[in-house]
Amino acid sequence: MGHRTPLYEEHVHAGARMVDFGGWDMPLHYGSQVAEHHAVRQRAGIFDVSHMRAVEVRGADARAYLRYMLANDVDKLGTPGRALYGCLLNEQGGVLDDLIVYFLAPDWFRLVVNAGPAEGDIAWLRAHAGRFGVDITPRPDLAMIAVQGPRADHAASQVLGDEAYAALACLKPFHGAFIGDTFLARTGYTGEAGFEILIDARAVAGLWRRFSDHGVVPAGLGARDTLRLEAGMNLYGHDMDATVSPLESGLAWTVSLSAEREFIGRSALLRQRAQGVARRLTGLVLRAPGVVRDGQDVQGPWGRGTVTSGSFSPSLARGIGLVRVPAAAADGDACELIGRSGQVLDARLVTPPFVRQGRALIDL
Amino acid sequence: MSKVPGDLRYTKSHEWVREEGALLVVGISDHAQDLMGDMVFVELPKPGTRVDAGKECAVVESVKAASDVYAPVAGEVTAINEALASAPETLNTDPYGNGWLFKLKPADPGAARALLDAAAYETLLASET
Repeated sequence: MGHRTPLYEEHVHAGARMVDFGGWDMPLHYGSQVAEHHAVRQRAGIFDVSHMRAVEVRGADARAYLRYMLANDVDKLGTPGRALYGCLLNEQGGVLDDLIVYFLAPDWFRLVVNAGPAEGDIAWLRAHAGRFGVDITPRPDLAMIAVQGPRADHAASQVLGDEAYAALACLKPFHGAFIGDTFLARTGYTGEAGFEILIDARAVAGLWRRFSDHGVVPAGLGARDTLRLEAGMNLYGHDMDATVSPLESGLAWTVSLSAEREFIGRSALLRQRAQGVARRLTGLVLRAPGVVRDGQDVQGPWGRGTVTSGSFSPSLARGIGLVRVPAAAADGDACELIGRSGQVLDARLVTPPFVRQGRALIDL
Repeated sequence: MSKVPGDLRYTKSHEWVREEGALLVVGISDHAQDLMGDMVFVELPKPGTRVDAGKECAVVESVKAASDVYAPVAGEVTAINEALASAPETLNTDPYGNGWLFKLKPADPGAARALLDAAAYETLLASET
């Protein structure tokens, strides 16, 4: 048996099919992951993301410490409440995890890291904390839910109190605010409008039920995966891991290589950039019906590539994926996907995202 | 609990068979569709194809996984369910009715009787969970 989030009983009660994910018993779907996907694109859905781990970084040098630990630069966070996406790298420039960092106060940042790598992340963060004098404190007492979709705010106006809704309504993307001990933020993993809530684990079930009672559809990991893939967002362990750098993973935009800032992995990234990054991550869409699967080979005039995340896009009704291809491969290029029994399927490289805000962003 | 209609025959690989005159109608069981989740793609054999018992002859794909469908008995494919191309979700909503996959003319007219009956298939399902 895996770890259980404080919403485990809610999932079982709602008829979820539970699966192991990063050592946690999580809902895959509550009946139909495609219906849940459409609910988020067209109305609103709610996800339990309490398996993700909040970690506090506190101390006078918290900012200097995170500038050294992360490939993105927390100096971009000017005012408390702002959030930044970035990667934790090893010395070789490999991705240990991707995370969101929230700037809460001059001596206080909060990280939200993935479930599987969490323990390793915490050990890594602590191993480097000493000389900065910062405290690293995991918060297993916090639960996290994501409410996503064009109707997410309407639901919030009915579920959250007036004060909380007023605070939420004026938050811009990648901004957050505290209402008491509860933290609301305009972040998510679906490519839709919405927000995430970090809340006392003892209070989360009541909040979950109120959203659900107001027509927000519980959505599982299955829908979460197809939504994030359509939105062109990477999944740790699939699209990047400790053996590849952000430059090979479509994440160059999250790396801040300014001259004056030293961070773990920087020299390896500079070396890789100087030598030329041999591979890159981009999107793939099938030209005919079918499904793309993780690990399948792609072949084009530039050589071979590999699917790092493959699935079926419910919004486009096509097989789509993220693929790691030689740097010479250009978006728009025709290529071939090698199917599970060796058959060849016509495909094309495209620039992700595929779908956001309910709209297709690529030509089929 | 998944549905197991009493008038059908079943295979250990979760296909069902219905006798329809001299032909056999083949599909996948409610248990199989439930395990796979939302179906999004079906690849069927061409009518006229000869199939061997226990050999893969079709593919059903859900968002989550792809699975081979095996011919329950040897024979020749006489018809396929064309409607599934545009509505693969019928496999989820009506696996024993409109979600049928193909029809076979069995090489041995009595071959279906050697397959599992409903009681034996239910026993198999109970042993798998």
